[in-house]
Amino acid sequence: MTQVPVIESKNLDLTFETADGPVAALKDVSLQIGAGEFVSFIGPSGCGKTTFLRCVAALEEPTGGSLTVNGMSPEEARKARAYGYVFQAAGLYPWRTIAKNIRLPLEIMGFSRAEQEERVNRVLELVDLAGFGGKYPWQLSGGMQQRASIARALSFDADILLMDEPFGALDEIVRDHLNEELLKLWARTGKTIGFVTHSIPEAVYLSTKIVVMSPRPGRITDVIESTLPQERPLDIRDTPEFLEIAHRVRDGLRAGHAYD
Amino acid sequence: MRTILPVAVVVAAIVAFWYLAAIPMNIHFAVTSAQRAGAEVTPESGAERRNMGAIALAARNPAQWTDSWTQAKPRLPVPHQVVAELWRTTALQHPASKQSLVYHGWVTLSATVVGFAIGTGLGILLAIGIVHSRAMDMSVMPWAIASQTIPILAIAPMIIVVLNSIGVQGLIPKAIISAYLSFFPVVVGMVKGLRSPDAMQFDLLKTYNASRSETFWKLRLPASAPYLFASLKVGIAASLVGAIVGELPTGASRGLGARLLTGSYYGQTVQIWSALFATAILAAALVAIVAGIERATLKRMGLAT
Repeated sequence: MTQVPVIESKNLDLTFETADGPVAALKDVSLQIGAGEFVSFIGPSGCGKTTFLRCVAALEEPTGGSLTVNGMSPEEARKARAYGYVFQAAGLYPWRTIAKNIRLPLEIMGFSRAEQEERVNRVLELVDLAGFGGKYPWQLSGGMQQRASIARALSFDADILLMDEPFGALDEIVRDHLNEELLKLWARTGKTIGFVTHSIPEAVYLSTKIVVMSPRPGRITDVIESTLPQERPLDIRDTPEFLEIAHRVRDGLRAGHAYD
Repeated sequence: MRTILPVAVVVAAIVAFWYLAAIPMNIHFAVTSAQRAGAEVTPESGAERRNMGAIALAARNPAQWTDSWTQAKPRLPVPHQVVAELWRTTALQHPASKQSLVYHGWVTLSATVVGFAIGTGLGILLAIGIVHSRAMDMSVMPWAIASQTIPILAIAPMIIVVLNSIGVQGLIPKAIISAYLSFFPVVVGMVKGLRSPDAMQFDLLKTYNASRSETFWKLRLPASAPYLFASLKVGIAASLVGAIVGELPTGASRGLGARLLTGSYYGQTVQIWSALFATAILAAALVAIVAGIERATLKRMGLAT
């Protein structure tokens, strides 16, 4: 793919000043993400994968290097509402129904009432929650809540979707199902997705590109371009091709730990 | 329904203990009166009785026990006396009469409600300021805490004197003392409530590029509702205490506080106790009303079932 990168990071550094001295959360991270790519960030805790995503979202400020989102600084991109962010927890407001939760960003961004209505219905359909708009979050299962939070991030049609371990708290059966759904959703919407995960199969199954990271300091150890086809049924995970990529991810993770 | 029996047993035990406790409390006067009326009592010498313990005297004069429950000015009135006085001063009096506890209760209630409204409004405003401004957090909070360490009995007369000198009398000074007591729980609860959403919630709104006021109206305020109501229940009870304390130092002639005061001037213990019970009933009713509004509001918000 020879497009202008949607997200481009060059020698990005982020050092947190803590009571025990500086901690290098990100060190010399360079990466390009093209339009429509599905990029997973995988690595052990403390490798900076979430921190990198937060830098892209302008929720953290890098201390060195450069980072652009849609050709703008992350701060400008945030103000231009260039991305939807899905957090680890669904974080739905308990005092709002599902439909009203999804409406929250639309209210803030000043969409008209009719437009809000239409968009809420569309994204509810997209995440397979049509008919649940009037329910309160506690009436839904964890998986459904997380789908609602994805719908909320999709509702205002940002081109970029940033997901920070969105399925981390769910059981494996629900997770498999949501992974499949997410791929379909990605195919339908053509969004650029940044996806943080702990799980090797999840990363390999979902991604067009897998970024393997390691801690102390947080850095990229390998970037794997997936050779899997666009169309991915769940049983693709038993093919030799899939296992080979998974093996390479595992090697990358191990390399990062070599001197521990 | 199964809880009725245990509750009834506890209440009966308290009432029984109360009647028993009234015997030694009132026995000296009961024995003296009985002797004057010509009854046989032990010991016969008044001086000797004065030097005796109340329980010992009660043990030696069981015939006078029932007398200790029927005195006009007992040290400790018994439940049926208090209930009779409550009945006499509410149901059997015109509500506008100065003999009526309804009248006095209304005077205190109006000051309580006005004070509660002022205190709650002030508390919420201060909490909003404290949450949004670091300077206010550091400057207002210590004063709010310090204000509650001053005994209200010490500051109430000063508030009344100062306001009186500028011509403000009647309900307003009492309401201000009442607000002085009730704003604090509201500030503390509301600050906690407005800060209760976790960091992720604030990050989420940041990704929408939401303004401070949007964050306030859409996140902080609704999240604070359960905390606010918990504070309001404490606040309304504190308001009532404030209104009553505000009636004490002026020698006011109206209100439940005035009722307590005149009762103590003239040794009318039954009147004091009935005013105390009226106060407790009023407080319970006010808290119940706030609790009812809380249930309805939280249910409407989807926060309670």
